[in-house]
Amino acid sequence: MDLLLDGFATALSPTNLLFAVLGVLLGTAVGVLPGIGPAMTVALLLPVTYSVPAESALIMFAGIYYGGMYGGSTTSILLNTPGESSSVITALEGNKMAKTGRAAQALATAAIGSFVAGTIGTVLLILLAPTVGPLVVTLGAPSYFAIMLLALVSVTVVLGSSKLRGFIALFLGLAIGLVGMSSGQPRMTFGFAELSDGIEIVVVAVAIFALGEALWVAAHLRRTPLEIIPVGRPWMSRSDWSRSWKPWLRGTALGFPFGALPAGGAELPTFLSYVTERRLSKHPEEFGKGAIEGVAGPEAANNASAAGTLLPMLALGLPTTATAAVILVAFESYGLQPGPQFMTQNEQLVWALLASLFVANTLLLVLNLPLAPVWAKLLRIPRPYLYAGILFFATLGAYSASTSPFDLGLLLVLGVLGFAMRRFAIPVLPLIIGVILGPRLEEELSEALDISRGDYSTLWGEPAAIICYLVMTLIVASLVAARIRSLRRAPRTSDTEKDEVHT
Amino acid sequence: MSIVIAYSPDIYGRAALEHGLAEALLRQTTLVVVNVTRGDSLVDSHYAHEDEVQQVLDRLDAAGVDAKVRRDVVPDIADAVLSVAEEEDATLIVVGVRHRSPVGKMLLGSVAQRVILDARCPVLAVKPS
Repeated sequence: MDLLLDGFATALSPTNLLFAVLGVLLGTAVGVLPGIGPAMTVALLLPVTYSVPAESALIMFAGIYYGGMYGGSTTSILLNTPGESSSVITALEGNKMAKTGRAAQALATAAIGSFVAGTIGTVLLILLAPTVGPLVVTLGAPSYFAIMLLALVSVTVVLGSSKLRGFIALFLGLAIGLVGMSSGQPRMTFGFAELSDGIEIVVVAVAIFALGEALWVAAHLRRTPLEIIPVGRPWMSRSDWSRSWKPWLRGTALGFPFGALPAGGAELPTFLSYVTERRLSKHPEEFGKGAIEGVAGPEAANNASAAGTLLPMLALGLPTTATAAVILVAFESYGLQPGPQFMTQNEQLVWALLASLFVANTLLLVLNLPLAPVWAKLLRIPRPYLYAGILFFATLGAYSASTSPFDLGLLLVLGVLGFAMRRFAIPVLPLIIGVILGPRLEEELSEALDISRGDYSTLWGEPAAIICYLVMTLIVASLVAARIRSLRRAPRTSDTEKDEVHT
Repeated sequence: MSIVIAYSPDIYGRAALEHGLAEALLRQTTLVVVNVTRGDSLVDSHYAHEDEVQQVLDRLDAAGVDAKVRRDVVPDIADAVLSVAEEEDATLIVVGVRHRSPVGKMLLGSVAQRVILDARCPVLAVKPS
């Protein structure tokens, strides 16, 4: 408790409060804008870590993460175009509500639900994080290897429609992670001396998220504008409250554990929350026509999952969403390695971060209820202006990573890769997680084999590792079973180009 | 032979619509309502919704004028209005004009000004009353 109060003292200092405000404003803005997400924003802001103290930068990034979850709902409800992949489900009922003149109530239940879920999620995080810490200290290298492998497999397989595309992205990421020196020998450097230190993750993240998206938008610049539904100040009636509070709590209960799982993310729990609310609702006839429960539940679930994501990230150094992955890069650029000892060694930082989550959540509620119409105005910015700014910061960020012109060339090459991935609907998340976890996977593997003197059986010598391999086998088996079933049923129709929301 | 109206769903567009309608009744010609967007932002308040377009058509129908609406996503709005005028063999273009600050002119340009200067036919510049 003292630690938390100390954390609040740090988080509420004027400088850090300013960074928190900046973070939530930026986060909401990028959340509102489709195609631009918190992951890209944090990637673009990574150079900030060279000049700002660790607490301030991380507080800002946490604000961006939470803010993105709030902002996504605004576009879902008013435009029927999700601002973030976590708000896809919100559009189902939210936009119907808006069309029947209940946009203000939809926005209100989304914002308040996000606040409730974010707060409960943060409390859970604070309760669980210290207890998980000592538990993971006992894990050895083989277990770590297995857990990371599980994270890679499940992130690739569980999300997204095409497993093949997921694995393409994963192996691209692992390949990029292999570049550099290995046992004193250059590996996959293709004769470039600049590559011998490996590829800067900042450059990869900025290229894939920012440059890829900018090129994609440039290729699809002119589109028929969407119809926006005008809205006033969000508010809710008494019956809206009574219909919303249960979905909020259920959404939280679904979102947090899914966020904390290695295959987390917000897509699955928001979908499950929607299905649950439709089943439990006292007004099932309203679903599909704008039921408030269908907005309240998923919006609570996505914020709770954002809180849940921070648990494996802080305790294991395991990112499960794109944004968490980029925030992890920020930790590393401060020389901090989240993982077993991290919580005890950096108590002040961790508790300041946790306290700042409460601050960010409250700020978001205060900012979002009255400002919803203002956020909607952001959608009128012509894309060329927006993306010129993004390209500027992308180039600046990639160059400042090691002030070498070589990185700019690399940025372009990887940017084209990012564009190609969008063109062929290859998910971005497995790539970025592969780049980050690949080298660490290798490290744990060689450490485990060093200790066992090259005996491979050590890899399944720990209970935690065995559980991970069992879960992986289950995932793969269910995949194969589903595939066989669908092959029997009907010939599959393929989809080549999809206009997905990239986070 | 027709009259081309540069329309946007605001007071300026509606002023252009009313004056163009009056002129079409007087001259016994057809009307072409042009509503185009550059389509480079997600939301463009100058681009009419489907139901707004229907309202305009209903209004013109009720007045007994042979009218059509042309909507498109184009790189340049003034160019689009001018090329529609060429295609439709326009005898008159009607545009709504507004005040623009010098800075606003520099940043955004002025569709009305370009139409007035570059059109081959007379242009009627109207203001909302």
